Amino acid sequence: MRRAVIAFTAFMGGLILVFLAGASTAWAEGEEVRGTLRLQGQPVQGVKITVTSDADAPVGDATTGADGTWSVPIEKAGSYKVTLDQATLPAGKALRDPNRGTLTVQVFEGNARNVLFGLVDANAPPKGQDGGGGGSSYWDRVAQLVFEGLNLGLIIALGAVGLSLIFGTTGLTNFAHGELLTIGAFLAFFFNTVLGLHLLVAAPIALVIAAAFGWGQDRFFWGQLRRRKTGLISMMIISIGLALFLRALLLFLFGGGGESYDQYVAQAGIQIGPISATPKSLIAMGIEIAVLIAVGLALTYTRLGKATRAVADNPALASSSGINVDRVIRIVWAAGTCIAALAGILLGTTQNLNFQMGQQILLLMFAGVTLGGLGTAYGALVGSLVVGMFVQVSTLWIPPEMKTIGALVVLIIVLMVRPQGILGRRERIG
Amino acid sequence: MHAESLPAGKTAALKAFEGMAAEPGVAKPDPILVVDNVVRRFGGLTAVNVNHVEIQRGSITALIGPNGAGKTTFFNQLTGFDTADEGQWTFNGRNMNGVSAYKVARQGMVRTFQLTKALSKLTVIENMRLGAQAQRGENFFRGLFPALWRGQEDEITLQAEELLERFKLDAKRDDFAGSLSGGQRKLLEMARALMGKPELVMLDEPMAGVNPALTQSLLGHVKNLRELGMTVLFVEHDMDMVRDISDWVIVMAQGQVIAEGPPDSVMSDHRVVDAYLGAHHDAPLSAEEEERQLHEAEAELEKEVKE
Amino acid sequence: MDWTLIISRAVEAGIGSEAIIYALAAIGLNVQFGYTGLLNFGQAGFLAIGAYSIAVTVATFGLPFFLGVGIGLLLAAVLALLLGIPTLRLRADYLAIVTIAAAEIVRLVVRSVALSDTFGGTDGLQAFSGSFYDMNPYPPGEYGIPPIIGFDNRSMWVLTVGWVLVAIASFILFMAMKSPWGRVLKAIREDEDAVRSLGKNVFSYKMQALVIGGVIGSMAGFIFALSRSAVQPDLYSTDLTFYAYTVLILGGAARILGPIVGSMLFWLLLILIGTGLENAVNTGTITFITVNQVGAIRLMLVGLGLILLLIYRPQGIFGDKREISLDAR
Repeated sequence: MRRAVIAFTAFMGGLILVFLAGASTAWAEGEEVRGTLRLQGQPVQGVKITVTSDADAPVGDATTGADGTWSVPIEKAGSYKVTLDQATLPAGKALRDPNRGTLTVQVFEGNARNVLFGLVDANAPPKGQDGGGGGSSYWDRVAQLVFEGLNLGLIIALGAVGLSLIFGTTGLTNFAHGELLTIGAFLAFFFNTVLGLHLLVAAPIALVIAAAFGWGQDRFFWGQLRRRKTGLISMMIISIGLALFLRALLLFLFGGGGESYDQYVAQAGIQIGPISATPKSLIAMGIEIAVLIAVGLALTYTRLGKATRAVADNPALASSSGINVDRVIRIVWAAGTCIAALAGILLGTTQNLNFQMGQQILLLMFAGVTLGGLGTAYGALVGSLVVGMFVQVSTLWIPPEMKTIGALVVLIIVLMVRPQGILGRRERIG
Repeated sequence: MHAESLPAGKTAALKAFEGMAAEPGVAKPDPILVVDNVVRRFGGLTAVNVNHVEIQRGSITALIGPNGAGKTTFFNQLTGFDTADEGQWTFNGRNMNGVSAYKVARQGMVRTFQLTKALSKLTVIENMRLGAQAQRGENFFRGLFPALWRGQEDEITLQAEELLERFKLDAKRDDFAGSLSGGQRKLLEMARALMGKPELVMLDEPMAGVNPALTQSLLGHVKNLRELGMTVLFVEHDMDMVRDISDWVIVMAQGQVIAEGPPDSVMSDHRVVDAYLGAHHDAPLSAEEEERQLHEAEAELEKEVKE
Repeated sequence: MDWTLIISRAVEAGIGSEAIIYALAAIGLNVQFGYTGLLNFGQAGFLAIGAYSIAVTVATFGLPFFLGVGIGLLLAAVLALLLGIPTLRLRADYLAIVTIAAAEIVRLVVRSVALSDTFGGTDGLQAFSGSFYDMNPYPPGEYGIPPIIGFDNRSMWVLTVGWVLVAIASFILFMAMKSPWGRVLKAIREDEDAVRSLGKNVFSYKMQALVIGGVIGSMAGFIFALSRSAVQPDLYSTDLTFYAYTVLILGGAARILGPIVGSMLFWLLLILIGTGLENAVNTGTITFITVNQVGAIRLMLVGLGLILLLIYRPQGIFGDKREISLDAR
């Protein structure tokens, strides 16, 4: 008990230091309605938004800023009507559903309520909405979705490889793995936006720190728990606690809104055959593929990689044949965290950074890992690509907002039919 | 027990085996368990491949063999803890392949485990009570009304206390099973298995890890099972014990039954000697060792698969 | 610093609707995880099913309130069966992943735009609790012990029903765990092969635990929906499940009173710290954080608390260290 008190005190001391460091980050205060107006990732400026009470009494209005954000403070919790003045929309931009120009929202106590207005490009013809009115446009869409699926799948794979290797070598199902992505993204954000380094400089620094963080996490935390013979289920729940803590820490330091890097935010798309893509996403995919191949080669051919697979296969045997198991695990943690951080950074170039971004794809990583067979790195790779592909391509038939559901349903069905995963061996599930 | 006059069960068992050919798969006069063509493969490795074997009712049969011979795997198949790839077997004439483990136990074929599974966070008496079959209070809704199961529970407790006394565990009645010694846990596991009033008791290495002082008492209990009309099939490494208590010995090597016979003659059978000398003919290996060897085999397999 | 306000808020939270909701959710988890060793990481989904069953039945379809209650209990049982069939034969962590995925599926379905006519999309549903409050026997007014505790008559009605539900669930559990049925569950938690070898249908018992825990979870959902007279999909995220685990482990798993005391203490502490910090910021006692960051600090403390509990006191307040299942596999 005394040790618990000491540890707690030390941790609280650390927290206070963190508080001081994070004190400069400003937050909007009190109840408000707010939002960010975007079209295809680009902020839309100068649009007037009015908030009235349920009884149509005016509460306030706001105009979207250069970053597309707006907010209207309100006095108390309750029901409010939020109206977007469609006349103030810039030329060529329109509400996706013109009837939803006024939305009624509930604001709860202490809650900053986000309100979204869906916009469309009024000039562009509605893409594929007519249900595949011509053969070629349908196949164009398929090609585009396969490309996007590959993009997502590669990100998932980067996270899943680490998740799977850590599971394989330590038996830990790490629910805090999503936060490793988020931490990577925000580390790069810190060096990029706060310290003003170019992202190409900030990202490598972030990766080094992430690797050190992963190493330290095992050295000072998980490794100690293993030494105490903490049970695997215990460790799993501890990882949940860690995930909650890290997520809240990021929320504390960076706030709950979306952030973006200083570079590579807006890029014009280029057309490659049927696929339209931004150059940055092509480069990101190139990096992802290179890293994944490198990981695969390292696992297959290097001494360390072979040692890792040996440990994953049977730690006791690996240890008795002269492999330093703890060292291998530590390197796996460092590398896994580093790769996850890279995934986070690359994800951050295509979407907004927010403190939940890693958590949001954690389940997809689990799906990938499970699909490929728990504990097999190659399986995780293939499984993730399948999951990413499935999520995107399924939007051909189901509404995009439901695409994650499809992947999760498939995860459950796979467990039902082939619990060892696509590449796993039956004996593993014992 | 008197040293000179053999107990009735022993006499009957010996009579049944008298003059029987010492050949693998030989037919028994009154088999309780009949096994045909049971095969279990792990990847490319065939762990069990038993053509035909019968277990005589009312006897103590030992299943021996060098490490990795597939004895425990075979046990697992028979008791429904693992599914056989091929083959079938009958218990009391009833087909048992594909029957789940708990149903096998309910039919009267109860096993113990090599690594003792005393439930260490329950008390000794709770462990015992758990072994009783067809308890009314094990249904959720009936369980909510103690009046419905209290009477049966008292009967079960009496039965459990009798058994505990017989196994000399009555002093430990209210201790957590986790506080017992290795040998006491083995005793508890055996006593708990008897709560279900089984016909066939399958013991997986009952002597492993047992303090020598307790060995004699354990042996006595096993012999006593036969006197009470039960059939015993057990896996063991300790040859002295096998010689001492078994009426019949079945030898497995590399998944197959290679020899059968009375304990004295089977040990001099050249196939048996070969099987043992080829492997480890001296000290019996520990459970960890066996586990390790299994993993070695697995690792090798994996290598093959990858290549 | 307004200590009366701080203590009043904290005490009210400790006996208020949050404490009830999380106590019920944790009682459900206690059956599954505490006694049987099953890792249900989708308890939020069961709460969502309970809450939305009432809301959809009454607000969307205009059917009677008690029909909604019945549907909620039934659907929770069905969900438990659906999840249990594929996973209960597999390793423990498969159940964890499948249940967490299922809870997310439930949340994503009820918040989807495509089905917003039924479930109300991200705004959720309101106006379904009328017949519940029509049954309220408390005349309007303030109840409690001024200046610390004060509830209006609507809250009093929710609290009465809620704590009665907690008491009933705990009593049933108490009886069940004393019975041979409970003995089988505890044995499964420790070593299911041993239990199987003794002729018990382990799968069936695990399924029963999953269903019972899920149904109790759906009751937590009823209280969640009724106490707010609204349902909102994002309140049923996985964090809810993990808070319920924190509550359970704080109080002590495999103890009847564990979830109840855990929940009361959890909310008392959380609100005490939260309100205390907010107050300190507002009065200028603490200057280096903003009011909105207080929420993040609260979250951090939950995570930290969960970690420290598991490392240093996994048995929680009431538990017996010899009896908990955390190290089982």
